[in-house]
This record gives sequence, structure tokens and C-alpha cells, in this order.
Amino acid sequence: MSQMSQQAALSKCPSCEEPLESGDRFCGACGYDLSAVPARPTDAPTIALNGSVPPQETAGRDRPRPPAPPAGPAWPAGGPDGSPAQGAPVPPPPPPPPAAPAAPSSGVRLDRPAQPSAQPDPQPDPQPVPRQSGGGHPPDRPDEYPLQAPDPRVAAESVRSAGGPVCVACRAGRVDDDGYCENCGHAQPRERDHMEQERGPVAAVSDRGLRHHRNEDAFAVGTTALPDGTPAHVAIVCDGVSSATRPDEASLAASRAANESLLSALPRGTHPQQAMHDAIVAAADAVNALADEPATAREHAPHQNAPACTIVGAVVTDGLLVVGWVGDSRVYWVPVDRSAPAARLTEDDSWAAQMVAAGLMGEAEAYADQRAHAITGWLGADAYELEPHTASFKPDRPGVVVVCTDGLWNYAESAEEMARVIPADAAVRPLHGARVLVGHALDGGGHDNVTVALVPFPAVPPGAGSA
Amino acid sequence: MANFSKSNVPQFSVDVYQNEYLPEGAGEVNAIVTVTATGGGTIGSAVAAPHLYSPGRGPSAAVVLMVDCSGSMDYPPTKMRNARDATAAAIDALRDGVHFAVVGGTHVAKEVYPGAGRLAVADATTRDRAKQALRRLSAGGGTAIGTWLRLADRLLASADVAIRHGILLTDGRNEHESPEDLKAALDACAGRFTCDARGVGTDWEVKEVTGIASALLGTADIVADPAGLAADFTRMMETAMGKEVADVSLRLWSPVGATVKFVKQVAPTVEELTDRRTEAGPRAGDYPLGSWGDESRDYHVCVEVPPAQLGQEMLAARISLVIPQPDGGAQNLGAQGLVRAVWTDDLAASTSINPQVAHYTGQAELAEVIQEGLDLRKAGDADGATAKLGRAVQLASVSGNADTAKLLAKVVDVVDAATGTVRLKAKVEEADEMTLETRSTKTVRVKK
Repeated sequence: MSQMSQQAALSKCPSCEEPLESGDRFCGACGYDLSAVPARPTDAPTIALNGSVPPQETAGRDRPRPPAPPAGPAWPAGGPDGSPAQGAPVPPPPPPPPAAPAAPSSGVRLDRPAQPSAQPDPQPDPQPVPRQSGGGHPPDRPDEYPLQAPDPRVAAESVRSAGGPVCVACRAGRVDDDGYCENCGHAQPRERDHMEQERGPVAAVSDRGLRHHRNEDAFAVGTTALPDGTPAHVAIVCDGVSSATRPDEASLAASRAANESLLSALPRGTHPQQAMHDAIVAAADAVNALADEPATAREHAPHQNAPACTIVGAVVTDGLLVVGWVGDSRVYWVPVDRSAPAARLTEDDSWAAQMVAAGLMGEAEAYADQRAHAITGWLGADAYELEPHTASFKPDRPGVVVVCTDGLWNYAESAEEMARVIPADAAVRPLHGARVLVGHALDGGGHDNVTVALVPFPAVPPGAGSA
Repeated sequence: MANFSKSNVPQFSVDVYQNEYLPEGAGEVNAIVTVTATGGGTIGSAVAAPHLYSPGRGPSAAVVLMVDCSGSMDYPPTKMRNARDATAAAIDALRDGVHFAVVGGTHVAKEVYPGAGRLAVADATTRDRAKQALRRLSAGGGTAIGTWLRLADRLLASADVAIRHGILLTDGRNEHESPEDLKAALDACAGRFTCDARGVGTDWEVKEVTGIASALLGTADIVADPAGLAADFTRMMETAMGKEVADVSLRLWSPVGATVKFVKQVAPTVEELTDRRTEAGPRAGDYPLGSWGDESRDYHVCVEVPPAQLGQEMLAARISLVIPQPDGGAQNLGAQGLVRAVWTDDLAASTSINPQVAHYTGQAELAEVIQEGLDLRKAGDADGATAKLGRAVQLASVSGNADTAKLLAKVVDVVDAATGTVRLKAKVEEADEMTLETRSTKTVRVKK
């Protein structure tokens, strides 16, 4: 099956995260014996948020899909000991099924005047942030050239004489029209190598990482207002599938399309969960459209597969948290009060997760298989069928929503680890929190592109006056 | 029909085939660069029809025919007669307006037509007179090819033309001057005109003839049977008439700290260009490609760059095409290709070999092992020759180089082509061995 081989190519060595070929028995980079892959750390899957439900239980195997509202036992009002749920989001009333057309709420007023704080901003491209050698330079990345902005003093000398940007690698050559230094030949940092964006209380950071030659992740963040005037925040993160052609274009197209879809649907009163479903469909259409276009950068792509990417998104309103995803990018919930349990809110579209969910294999057996990390769902023209997963939560306390690619969660897999890594003030300083998380992945080796978006919950900060 | 508004230079394009992915610590970048010149016609079609010019027109050109008139040309007498006929056929193939001359070569060079250090301009009358003059060609004397080339150079320099070309025919060894004299003559003529060389019969030295063609960026071949000369000369002249632009150079830029390991033409024949570099500004050098008609050639470029960290990308070479000008500048022909290096820890990416690079690496090795095998065979090392020629059979078979495989089969008995198991033939026609040696550098292109 061609699909399977493509997926298998995405699985990674459990020891060093080296990408593996489907037939590998040992990791080509570190020699890790892949036949002895240990079980992934038990991580309460999506629905058992309060830890009261064993992972193997029926409800836990169900995808948190809206048409099948979570079964009762999975959502106890309190913990097994009768105490109130420890910071766990509780399920909302069953949302409208995503297949049903979004019926505008009766209260929607299309003639609503613009609300100053809640108008959907036009989303400019994420601003590239030059990697500064001055402040945010992690100590373990000495002198890696893309991090460093040209030294203005050196740059000034040669630029004035040569009349063009000066190379960041050798600081001696001019950069030619193709983006290479005419002296040392080094490719210059690209816009997408490192991106940061802050929009309202939502912040996102994306980094190329240390081992990949380009950033195939993309994100989009935005804020808007619901028809009742309360704010809604949106974060979308996409991870291009490296074995496909032009994965960077796929992730960019998907994140933009989903973001635009949400920002236009939410103010119209579409239920956030329905809006998320529609946004994923819109993103899939955008990626599918890429497959028809001629390969502009054919030499960049050793394989010729349809462009593909994963998607994960979160919408945060005053009382509701909606997530949606396809693929293995994830959403984590981390309460501000760290004594309350954190949780992973998504369930990977991966081979192992499917095997476990279908009851065909135990978790240990499934994750020991070499196909464990192959993704089984993605956006792209060659996807089997689009199966957007969405879920709604009503967290009972403030927290921060972590929307990320596997470039981050590879280094903080369980919800507990994620909660340990994220700064305590992430809900207040989300951009700083996102930078710290990206730094954590880079410190761990940065084997993949790293992208993380942080959305504080609830949308209206506690104590702040309602809009 | 004629497109006068168009520049007289064909459209050039450069395509690069490579695997840009390198493992950590590696720095050798290999790429096949395909250079294609099109004047609006189809590639590979009859070069006899220049596409930039209406029929009968073409760029200004001058051709000197050098015909061996040494004493050996009379043994057998048909050789001289065939040479005369072949030269006449070549003259018939001259386009009107092309400057030309005929030189008779012995231990000295004599102008046969038109004489007095001039070139004739081809038309019905001059073509007729030249053919008349050929009747005066007679055999007698020695062989000093260097003197022929120097005379041809003087004659070609007398006309202000775009394309300068020579056609040289010899039947014997260059016995009446030292190899140094010939080399000095070749060095003096290199870059001033291009020259095709042909050996007729089997008494000539393969390395001399291929050396002349190689130095003067032309073709070399054997015409074992003098009867085949006329057709071959006509073909050569038609090719020469198809040339539209001369003195094209491949300009190679490489980054600081990089070394160019080699640059060689790999199709249609293997031709080493590494040592012919002339510096052209900082970190750039020019490699001569000769004159071009409607055609496509492949070059193998190997550059060693300083390794960078994983995830980094570097431009390892920038390939462009230029025509160096006398004032030191260069006319850029527009086309360029980029050879890149990307360091990755993805072993699948970094260990795969580009099919084009693999193919031409094999073709270059094929030419090499044929030469080595024939040298060993001449030196009496039967085992060494068997091993080398066996490898050659294997390479020719794998790469689908059927012509070379056929030539090899005349020198060795092929037991198993796939494994390269061969036996040396006890008796080999001299013509077959010389044909194999002369044509050993012919390559086939990658099957698409």
C-alpha cells in the first residue's frame, strides 16, 4: 500500500527521533533496536481528562467526535473519590453534529456594528523575526549563523560598498538574487525559519529546528468576537508532511484557510465546534488545490507526492474550548493552578493510536510496532478520506491551551511533562511561554520543526470586565 | 522565413541533475549539467539545417581542410583517390559565402587552394576550382601535423568570421616532428579554431588523432575503409556548417573554500576539461566548450565544499554560459543552473545517488577501463586486460551503450555480459581494436 509506506516514512526513532524508513530494524542514526520499542508513556487519552477513566475503557477508545457525545462514565461530575473534578474541563451539552449545516443562532445580527475590540483583524503574514544573537540566544546554539542578525557594524561596511544585503554566514559576501552568498555560498535565513506572532492574548512561535533545512510548519492566530460581543481566540498549527512534495506550502495554505474560515464563521454565530469542522474542511480544500499546481520547486522535493500536512486548531471563547485536528499535531490543556491535572485533548491519527482505539492491540504492543508513529490521517489530495475530529470542553478553571506540532511534543510527550515545561505565567505572557516551549524542543535536539501556539483560557481574563 | 530580428546566438538552457542532500561532514557535491542550445528547431535533428538562418545562409564561417599527402597515402593508391573524393565531397557541402582553403600536408604544409595565404569564398566557381586543384594532390613526403595546424591557423586568422573550423585527415604517425612540436602547435591553436580529426586506414596513432580533436574541441574517428571517407567528410562539414556560435565557455562559480575536483564533458563523448580552466573573476573559472549548433551536451561537475552543519544549505556551484570577449569581458548567454548542497540526517535522502550522476560516472569509467584494457593488452598483460575489458563489457551492458558493446565484442569473447566475464580474442583485427580505442569515449545518455 503506497499510503502505508508514506506513513511509515514518518515514524521516528524512539531514542533519537531520527526519521525511519519502513523497513528499518535499527535506527540509522543511533543504532537503537527498533524491535524493542518501549510502550509510550501512558498518557490519558483525550477523553479521560480527570484521570478517572482507565485508558482501555470503552469511552477512552472513542474518538471525541461530536456525533458521538462522550459516554456518561467518561465525564463524571467529580473524581472517583467524590471530590470536585480537579481542574478538568467538563463536556458541554452535545453540540450540533458537524455534518448538519450550521444554523445561524436566532440571535445573530448580521448588521451588527463593528466592535472595536472584537473585529476580526485582517491577518497579515506572520512577521518574520530575525534571530537575535543578543538576547534570546540559547547557550547551546553557539554561532549558528541563521540565528544571528548581521552585525550592523560589519554589515554597514560591506553593504555600503557592495550595495546589497550582506551574508549572515561569512559577513563578507553580498547576497545574490537567488538568496545565496556570492562569497561562501551559504543560503540565507528564510522568512519562515523563525516566526513569531502575537495577536491579542494569543501567541505563536515557529522554528526550523536544528536538523531540518527548512521550516515546514506553519501557524495562524487570530481573535474575533462572537455575536454576543464576547471575544473568541483562534490558533491553528500545521505540520507539513516531509515525504510529500512542497509540505511547506501545504502547511501555510492549510493554516491560513482554517484561520480565515474560523474568523469569518465565528462572528456569524456558527457554533465554534461546527466552525472548527468547517475550517478543517476549508484547510483540506486549500491543500488539495495545491496538488493541481505545477511543482514550482521540484528540485526541492526528492519525492513527488501530493502536498500534505497535519492540522490542529483551538478556539477559545468565554466558557468554551473547542479543538479540532487531523494528524498527529496536538492540543494540551494546562491549568494555571498546576496542582490540577493537565491533559491532552487530542488523539493522534497514528497507526498505534488507531490500533489501540480499535481494540486490535494493546498499547504496549501497538507502540512497539515500527508503524506506530505513521500518521493515518492528513490533509492532502492523497488522503483516504477527510475525517476532521473536533471536541468541545468547558474547563472549570483558567488555564492555557497548548497547540503544537510533534516537534514540541516529542520533547514533552505526556500532559504532565508539558505542564512541567511550560512557564507558570504562560497564560499572562503567552509569547514568552511559546518561546520557552520552542527553546525546550531546541535544547532537546530540535530534530524537527517546532511550532507552538498558546491560547489563554478563558477568552475573557478573570477579573477583566466583559467586552 | 528568416528571423532577422533574432540575435545570432541560439537560445541556451542549463539543467542541473543532482542529489543535493549530503550526510553530516560530507562535502563532495556531484551534478550533471545538461547544456542545450536551440535555435528554434528540434534538438538532435539534422544539424545541417541551421535554424537561425534561412536556407543557404548562416553565420560567417571559415573552414580549412587538411589532407594528408604523405608517401604512405599511395599504399594502396585508392587511399589518395578516396581522400581526394572525400575532400571534394566536403567542398560540395560548403555553404555559399563560407571562407575555405585546402591544405596538403606532408612534413611541411602546402596551400593547395586558393593559395597566397588567402581563403576563398565558397560559390559555384570557387568550389569548382578547388576541386580542380585537388587533382594536383599527390602522395610523397613525411608527416608533420603541427605544421599543417599552424598553417591552418594562419589562414583562418586572415578572415574576420564567427566560426573557425578545421578538418584534418591523416593516415600515418606524426613521424617528422617531435611530440613536443605537435603539442606546441596544439597549444598555439587551442581556442583559435576547432578541429575534427580523422584517421584513415590503420597505420596511424589513435592517441595522436584523439589528442588533436580533444585539444581543439572537435571530434575524432577512424575511417578504416577509405571508401567511407566521402560520406564521413560530408557529415563533418554539415556539422561544421550547423554551428551557430563559437567559443562558448562554461563559467563555474564556487564558494570560498571550495575546490573544483573535476569538470568533464560526459556526453556525447567523455572529455576532461578540468585543466582547461581560465580564471574569470573571484571564485569563478571558465571551461571552453567550443562551438555550438543545435545540440545538447552533458557535463559532470564535482565540487568539494567545506561541510556545514546539519540543516544548512549552501550553493556549491553556479553554472552559467558565457562567450569571453577579447577585451577581457564576457557576453553572458543568460542561462544558469544552481548546484546546491543541503546537509541532512535523513539517510534515505543523503545516500541515494542521482541516476544521471550514476549513469555518467559509469560511462566515464567505461571509457577509462577500455583505454586501460587496450594498453594492458598491448603491453602483454592478458590477465589485466581481461579484467579491465570484462568490466567494460559489464558497464556497457548495464548502461545500454550498445555501440560500445558491439565494438568490445570484436576484441573479446563475451561469456557473460552481466558479470563481465570475457576472454580475450586470440586474433583481433587491427581496425577493430583502433575503432574501439578511438570510440571508447562515446557515451549514451540516460534512458528517460
